[in-house]
Amino acid sequence: MSSDLYRAQGAGASLRRIGALLIRHLYLLRGSWPRVLELMYWPTVQMVLWGFITLFLVNHSSWLAQASGVLLTGVLLWDVLFRGQLGVSLVFMEEMWSRNLGHLFVSPLRTTELAAALLSMSLVRTLIGVGGAALVAIPLFHFSVFDMGLPLLAFFANLIVMGWAIGLAVSGIVLRYGLGAESMAWIAIFAVQPVSGVYYPIAILPEWLQWVAWALPSSHVFEGMRAVLIDHHFRSDLLLNAALLNLVYLAAGLAVFLAYFRIARVRGQLLQIGE
Amino acid sequence: MSSALVRVASLCKQFGDVRAVDDLNFEVAAGRTTALLGGNGAGKTTTLSLLLGLLKPSAGTITLFGLDIERHRYRVLPRMNFSSPYVDLPRRLTVRQNLAIYARLYGILDVRRRIAVLADDLKLGEILDRPYGQLSAGQRTRVVIAKSMLNEPELLLLDEPTASLDPDTADYVRGLLEQYRKRTGATILLASHNMSEVERLCDDVLMLRRGRLVDRGTPAELLTRYGRRNMEEVFIDIARERHIAIGLDDGDSA
Repeated sequence: MSSDLYRAQGAGASLRRIGALLIRHLYLLRGSWPRVLELMYWPTVQMVLWGFITLFLVNHSSWLAQASGVLLTGVLLWDVLFRGQLGVSLVFMEEMWSRNLGHLFVSPLRTTELAAALLSMSLVRTLIGVGGAALVAIPLFHFSVFDMGLPLLAFFANLIVMGWAIGLAVSGIVLRYGLGAESMAWIAIFAVQPVSGVYYPIAILPEWLQWVAWALPSSHVFEGMRAVLIDHHFRSDLLLNAALLNLVYLAAGLAVFLAYFRIARVRGQLLQIGE
Repeated sequence: MSSALVRVASLCKQFGDVRAVDDLNFEVAAGRTTALLGGNGAGKTTTLSLLLGLLKPSAGTITLFGLDIERHRYRVLPRMNFSSPYVDLPRRLTVRQNLAIYARLYGILDVRRRIAVLADDLKLGEILDRPYGQLSAGQRTRVVIAKSMLNEPELLLLDEPTASLDPDTADYVRGLLEQYRKRTGATILLASHNMSEVERLCDDVLMLRRGRLVDRGTPAELLTRYGRRNMEEVFIDIARERHIAIGLDDGDSA
């Protein structure tokens, strides 16, 4: 064996493996403009739709007149959560569709490195998709979500982490139950939308459902968003709650992913996947 | 065998009611080429998957390079590699992109040079920039073999290494595998249905049937033992259980 073939082991090699998977999916994006367009398509369509609804409602709702950007910001931030989750699940399913998992799992790539690559790629896809829609909103509605400043970064970080947690769990489920379960990737996140308070305050929910809502990081983020846009006040307590919940969610998402990976090894699904 | 690189002890793999691998025991010496032979459902692919860590054994142990693969999977995997015509690479990426990604996964220093060397060895020059999905079955087989040699593995596991190759290219690939083993001292374990390939490449043959090791030996030993002229006839004898009729199944041939 030629020793000059190898780099030093350790963190550098680990980063190199995560980078290799990132490059694999960037190659895919670079080689297919419809994929890039698809990333921006729905966030932009949603943003345009809610932009016009806002223009209509702002003259008919005193609540909305206080903060005309609250719906558009909600739309864009919801897409951070949705695209964050979808980014993880779709990138993982891309490996299943290409029947490449067998080669990946006999390479030195660790499962946690695969998870790290999925999260990184999800970040890239979310920035392209939601970032593109946010930029289109500036000339179209004279609205810039970036005017929110640092709180936007905090909201973005919390929502994408929650998306990652759900995305990892969904990827594990698809690994376990096969591509027949792939629709989970598209629908799972919508189970939390009604109780996340994306477009309305949590207070309008029935009291018992408010308990469910406050168990979600997203509810704290969207309440925090309204506090910034309507009351011009940053609620650090809400941000802290969201961050702490996200730690639990991310750990749970990773645990589900790793557990289903172990089960797939027992059941022999890593080679058969995609069939 | 004191220099065993692969040690398999009491290995079992159960899928529900089906015992795909049943109390398998064997060793593969370092630097040798060994064939896993058997009919469909004999347990060859399951055994290879267990050796690769893609499957978790129901019982028994696998020791590679002196390390238990269940406990030291990530210390062992960088030293081995695998090719199978039944496991794909991403089809939309070019051959070069695929090889570059796997070179990085295996921690190769000079990716370009390594790809150039393998492209030369496996005659991939003209297809390097074509999408993998647009290649013929034979071209894909060569690409997957190139992928399996990226890290110059000490242990190379090959599932049907010359499947889909025309006789000329298959002969070339066999020659390449022979040279590779001579140059690097690598250990090769291959599953194949091509008996002439087995006779040419392999020092040892492990005969599997219903997940059990029913016989083993060098090709010459097996030919003598079964009184046959070629390995294909030996294969048929074992597949049709004639070895039992002639009293060769001792139940623990390893």
